[in-house]
Amino acid sequence: MTETTTPEVIYDKEGNAHEVVDFNNDYTGAKLGFWLFLFTELMLFGAMFLVFSFFFYRFSEDFVVASNSLNLLLGGINTIVLLVSTYFMGISLLSIKQNNIEKSKKMIYLTIVLSIIFLTIKYFEWMAEINHGIYPDSEALNILSKGEILFFGLYFTMTGFHGIHIIVGIGVMLWAIKLINNKKITAKKYVVLENIALYWDIVHLVWVFLFPLFYMISFGGAS
Amino acid sequence: MNEKLKKSFYDETHTVFGHHESKFLQWIFTIDHKRIALLYLVVMMSFFIIAIFVALSMRMELFSPGQQIMDPNTYNQAFTLHGVIMIFLFVIPGIPAVFGNFLLPLLIGARDVSFPRLNLLSWWLYMLGAILAVISLFVGQGFADTGWTFYAPYSVQTGTNVIFALTAAYILGLASILTGINFVVTVHRLRAPGMDFFKMPLFVWGLYSTAWIQILATPVVGITLILVILERTLGIGIFDPSKGGDPILYEHLFWIYSHPAVYLMILPAFGVVSEILPTFCRRTIFGYRSIAISSALIAIIGYLVWGHHLFTSGMSEWTKIIFAFLTFFVAIPTGVKFFDWVATMYKASIIFSTPMLWVIGTIITFAIGGLTGLTLVTLGVDVHLHDTYFVVAHFHYTIFGGVVFMLFAAMHYWFPKFTGKMYCESKAKKAFYGIFIGFNTLWFPMFLAGAYGMPRRYFDYLPEFEIYHKIAGVGAVITIASILYMLYVLYKGVKEGEPCGNNPWNSTTLEWQISSPPPLENFKNIPYIDFGPYEYEKGQPKRDLTKIIEGGNDD
Repeated sequence: MTETTTPEVIYDKEGNAHEVVDFNNDYTGAKLGFWLFLFTELMLFGAMFLVFSFFFYRFSEDFVVASNSLNLLLGGINTIVLLVSTYFMGISLLSIKQNNIEKSKKMIYLTIVLSIIFLTIKYFEWMAEINHGIYPDSEALNILSKGEILFFGLYFTMTGFHGIHIIVGIGVMLWAIKLINNKKITAKKYVVLENIALYWDIVHLVWVFLFPLFYMISFGGAS
Repeated sequence: MNEKLKKSFYDETHTVFGHHESKFLQWIFTIDHKRIALLYLVVMMSFFIIAIFVALSMRMELFSPGQQIMDPNTYNQAFTLHGVIMIFLFVIPGIPAVFGNFLLPLLIGARDVSFPRLNLLSWWLYMLGAILAVISLFVGQGFADTGWTFYAPYSVQTGTNVIFALTAAYILGLASILTGINFVVTVHRLRAPGMDFFKMPLFVWGLYSTAWIQILATPVVGITLILVILERTLGIGIFDPSKGGDPILYEHLFWIYSHPAVYLMILPAFGVVSEILPTFCRRTIFGYRSIAISSALIAIIGYLVWGHHLFTSGMSEWTKIIFAFLTFFVAIPTGVKFFDWVATMYKASIIFSTPMLWVIGTIITFAIGGLTGLTLVTLGVDVHLHDTYFVVAHFHYTIFGGVVFMLFAAMHYWFPKFTGKMYCESKAKKAFYGIFIGFNTLWFPMFLAGAYGMPRRYFDYLPEFEIYHKIAGVGAVITIASILYMLYVLYKGVKEGEPCGNNPWNSTTLEWQISSPPPLENFKNIPYIDFGPYEYEKGQPKRDLTKIIEGGNDD
């Protein structure tokens, strides 16, 4: 189906031509569907942000105290890593539209490398907490104040969910490379890659909200 | 051209992995929307029958005070199983998954839905969820005993298989989301040229509003269920008061989805009413635009009313008043629909076929169900009626008397479309009267029992409530016997029904303008739509599109 077939056309009473959308090859439909999927992602994370804001309102001071124990530097580096990775993802999409297959693939690999760096840093951050005995339902955590227990409960849940999204992202990027190799993604048919780039943007966007909420609420205040 | 030589979707299909020799594989890997609809139908009806027998066993337990056939724990598991199957496996996929899948492309003049493969994936996810729910019956300490709402903190503490049930519900939610995305894109992209939003049949409006609820509300319950799973496995504390969490937060999050979900159930049912009425009243539906817009309005207002489930859970007085007011407001677009339907019937020469009987039945039962909903949302009265049989009666009058009645109506109305044959009208009418009488005998006494204080979900009761349970028990037997008889009549229709041609009801909508059962990819030529969906002239359809769609006899 790489060749463009002539679209099916029907005529109204005045003889004006109207195109019939081919459901097997509908660029706009594929984009619309993916945007709707991204809405569901927003609702999913949105509900978690709602829970966060609810408890943040109830236990503001405890949350600030707990936030102090997170590593602002590592979190900040991760924010930049993810930001740069979305740049490469975008370049990859531009390259495929210009029929620069090799560059496009290179850019996807770069994005994957950056996401692995992100996950590695995240791993060390988590391990730092866990080595201090701070993880859900741990003894060290359960003797802290209620707000701190909830802060770390939400921290592991929300960054964990975000991490799963990163891993899924790496998976679909590898799939995209396979599709490029099989000529399923080409300069004329790039909607899959475009949707993956959109997905990657939302993964980054969620992090942009997670970072200040968890790492920066204590920033500049008394510690 | 000879009718009999035509191939229908039963003879040929597209599959996701190329061609299969085996007929069975051709079915379960099909990406044809009509076959997927039938796959849903078979599985859904099987679960429906299981769930009505679970319900019957509960009714038999309650037939007399004290313990009859099951112990209290089994009873708790039974009503949870009944609720989970009915809500997540039957009513929520319900009309959209079966009739939406089959008819949406036919009604808007499309050859399939926008994402046929995603459609198949939805069905497989649905099956995965169903299988998980079934497995949880037989392992560990048995099925969850929390009620289908999985309220924390009990759902966090009970020893039964809550995690299985939650995972199943989550996966079913995912299937529902994917169907919703598919339908919204299909409606936006694949309408036949010329058909704008106000030329779509009203069933499509119902499906469209439903699909938006599926997309925007289901993820919230998905994450909520996962939070309960994490609470049970890791103890993150969000719903655990000893760690600062809040169980009432769970109720809020749950009903943010689950209240819109009841509109998700009813809107396609309203759509079915709006399809059947013009056909059997032989005239254009009254107030097309107001019906269409009221569907969208119900979907929007439905988001803002979840708090009325929590009037007794602890909420500020002002919030209660706002939620009560918004809930009253839902009655307005619903009332608009009802008056439009009655106005359509007024002075029409109505043909009392079985689908029409179901519609009239539902106008009665849903009116009772809907108006008792207004009774319940009145703040002072709700404190008295909350968690009583009044609530049970109310939602069965709406969900069974509205959604399931319309599912049955759709099963009769589109039966010739699915099969090309006709069921036996006189027997089908008997089945309707049986179910209608049984239904009211079963649930009307519960209004009274509830008003006198019989709490719901109780294994036992005081002697003064015995009479209501006795009547309800008799009603349950009548209802189930009639449902089985109705299914038998339809089965007979499939096996031995008379061929009935393409358009036995002489209806105007697009699905009847092609052969019954429809061919693969439905329309040979897609017609240009510059007219409304229900245009009759002297009781006859105004135009005949058959020739345009069939084109020349070049095959």
